[in-house]
Amino acid sequence: MKLNKIILSFISAFVLLLSTSVTSFAKVVGDKIILGSAISLTGKYSSNGVHTQNGYNMAVDRINSMGGVKVGGKTYKFEIIYYDDESNPKRAAQLAERLISQDGVEFMLGPYSSGLTKAIAPVTEKYGVPMVEANGASRSLFTKGYKYLFAVLAPANLYLDVAIDLAVEKNGGKPVTVAMAFEQDAFSQDVRLGVLEAIDRTGSKKVIDDKLPKELNDMAATLAKVKAVKPDVLVVSGHTKGALTAIRQIAEMKVDVPMLAMTHCDAAKLSKQHGKNSQYALCASQWHKTLTYKDDFFKDGMTYDADFKKLFDYAPPYQAAESSAALLVFKDAFERADSFDKVKVRDALAATNMQTFYGNIKFAEGGQNVDKPMVLFQVMCDGDNCENKVVAPTKWASAELIHPIPSWSKR
Amino acid sequence: MDLLIFQVPILMVQASLDGILLGILFALIAYGMALQWGVMNIINIAQGDLVILGGYITYFMYLSGIHPALGVIVAPAIMYFVGVGLYKLVINKVVDRDLFISILATFGISILFMQLMNFAFGADVVLANSEFGTTMLFDNSVTLPNSKIFSAIISIIFAIGLVVYMKKSKLGRAIRATAQNARAAKILGVDTEKVYAATFGINAALCGVAGSLVAITFTIHPYMGLPYTIRSFMIVIIAGLGNLPGVAVSGMGLGMFEEFADYILGTEFRIGSVFLLLVLILVYRRFKLSKKREYLK
Repeated sequence: MKLNKIILSFISAFVLLLSTSVTSFAKVVGDKIILGSAISLTGKYSSNGVHTQNGYNMAVDRINSMGGVKVGGKTYKFEIIYYDDESNPKRAAQLAERLISQDGVEFMLGPYSSGLTKAIAPVTEKYGVPMVEANGASRSLFTKGYKYLFAVLAPANLYLDVAIDLAVEKNGGKPVTVAMAFEQDAFSQDVRLGVLEAIDRTGSKKVIDDKLPKELNDMAATLAKVKAVKPDVLVVSGHTKGALTAIRQIAEMKVDVPMLAMTHCDAAKLSKQHGKNSQYALCASQWHKTLTYKDDFFKDGMTYDADFKKLFDYAPPYQAAESSAALLVFKDAFERADSFDKVKVRDALAATNMQTFYGNIKFAEGGQNVDKPMVLFQVMCDGDNCENKVVAPTKWASAELIHPIPSWSKR
Repeated sequence: MDLLIFQVPILMVQASLDGILLGILFALIAYGMALQWGVMNIINIAQGDLVILGGYITYFMYLSGIHPALGVIVAPAIMYFVGVGLYKLVINKVVDRDLFISILATFGISILFMQLMNFAFGADVVLANSEFGTTMLFDNSVTLPNSKIFSAIISIIFAIGLVVYMKKSKLGRAIRATAQNARAAKILGVDTEKVYAATFGINAALCGVAGSLVAITFTIHPYMGLPYTIRSFMIVIIAGLGNLPGVAVSGMGLGMFEEFADYILGTEFRIGSVFLLLVLILVYRRFKLSKKREYLK
């Protein structure tokens, strides 16, 4: 008899818990706007997943403490439900499904990486849930005709085409020869397409076009070819592994190229891991703290950098900055829509035209941000102390591009 | 198809040397695999993860200011005990069982190791800088990083050391006896349980050495183990089980084949061509075997 009572009380407690948890996870509860995000807290993307989450959290705290979001004359606060997608696209899609259909979330923030965003986008699209994402740059995300996907960052094909233009400019407007080494994944191949377009546009010539397998951590063959062919520019993109391997082997094999352009330098902590060997590398970045964009919440890049450091004890990589910007976009859209209707919020998002500390944000038809150019910084060392300095576009340049790169025998 | 290597013949020297140096390192990992496969009849899917763990030991030494080259002594010492511990925990339960069960068990260990390393060390790609410099040959047209040469020399030393140890020491003889016939060895007083534990420990130690060398020459990451497992598996398959000199030759051969495939077919076909070679060799082997069978009939 007593046992029955215990079991009964357990069941009722469980039902009670379940009912409260369901109601508390609806889209807007009391004065809270609930956003959902599947994010890589474990697995191979976990470092960047955490940067993304820190960026989101910092923006939520900042917006909430500075008056929140005003909709229909009432003030609301942001709250985010996170699930760990284990860096696994299948899991991410399941979690998006769960956030929307079980937890009742009606507004989503993106995961980390193009691959995972690609897995989630069909789900948010199916349910008509607006998603603002900050870490999926692959061009294929923006050519599928998605109506509910908005990316605050510039698409991958714009990462390194600036470098080719810069090389041509430095060559007195004459075409250059380009050696390319790109990993075989969606993101890097998109970067490659952008570079190919720039090569065509400038009448330049590609002399090496290597596609690196994902497992590869040895670029000796590619670099030996570069030594033999002597191109004007060497372009490398293969995530952090590619960046670290390239710098290590370029230094070891004493490969001299006038210009070396790559991606993922700051994620790879290039100047920290390789010190002086990384000097003169030109790196594509979505954001840099010295850019002079402004907004009311984070003021500017330098202030964001300082505030982030205080909170998380490390300098914010651009992955964190763009994630913070995603929330500013959501706040702006909610206030302009003045409603929590998904379609109205979606339309307001589509009409976004604003400046944040991270850059201008204006979405094209496909959902990509077309108002924010990429920047290139160059690793510059003073003794053993290396720093990233913006060198292009000239509007934000804080240092002059060093070109051509001095040969190894003179370093 | 790229004919650059024929236009600039010096690239052939570069490709051969790169391939041989790379192959020697892989052969060391394959050595460990061949040893425990031969003795215990276990295909260790976690081989590559043991390599990466060895790499992390070296990386942390490097972070704390110790020269990473010393990792080739410290990492195997630690990894030996990791190996023995792993044997006592899991492997001893699958040692006499079907090969498939051991594959499943070590696959499980591999996943566990990956996640644990990711949890403990983070998901960043890291490396240890040895600052060894570069050797230039043929008027600077062939460059060999000294770290790769160091890797190859250390690999050779450990491989020779292992062979001598197997021939001369008591434990080495016991290991060889167990590999030949475990039951007979047991009857003659060999503690096979101990032999198995030591074998797995030695394999892990070799992985530790290789891991240190990987950290010095390439990069490490918690999820980067599998390619090392696959590569060593292929080397053992090509060499044939129990053929230690064969492992060295097939390691270097594969390394060179890979480099040349990269130059001629393109980097994207590098790994694919190695797999194609594996298939061809297996088909050829089967063909030879079936001929032998016919003869026996």
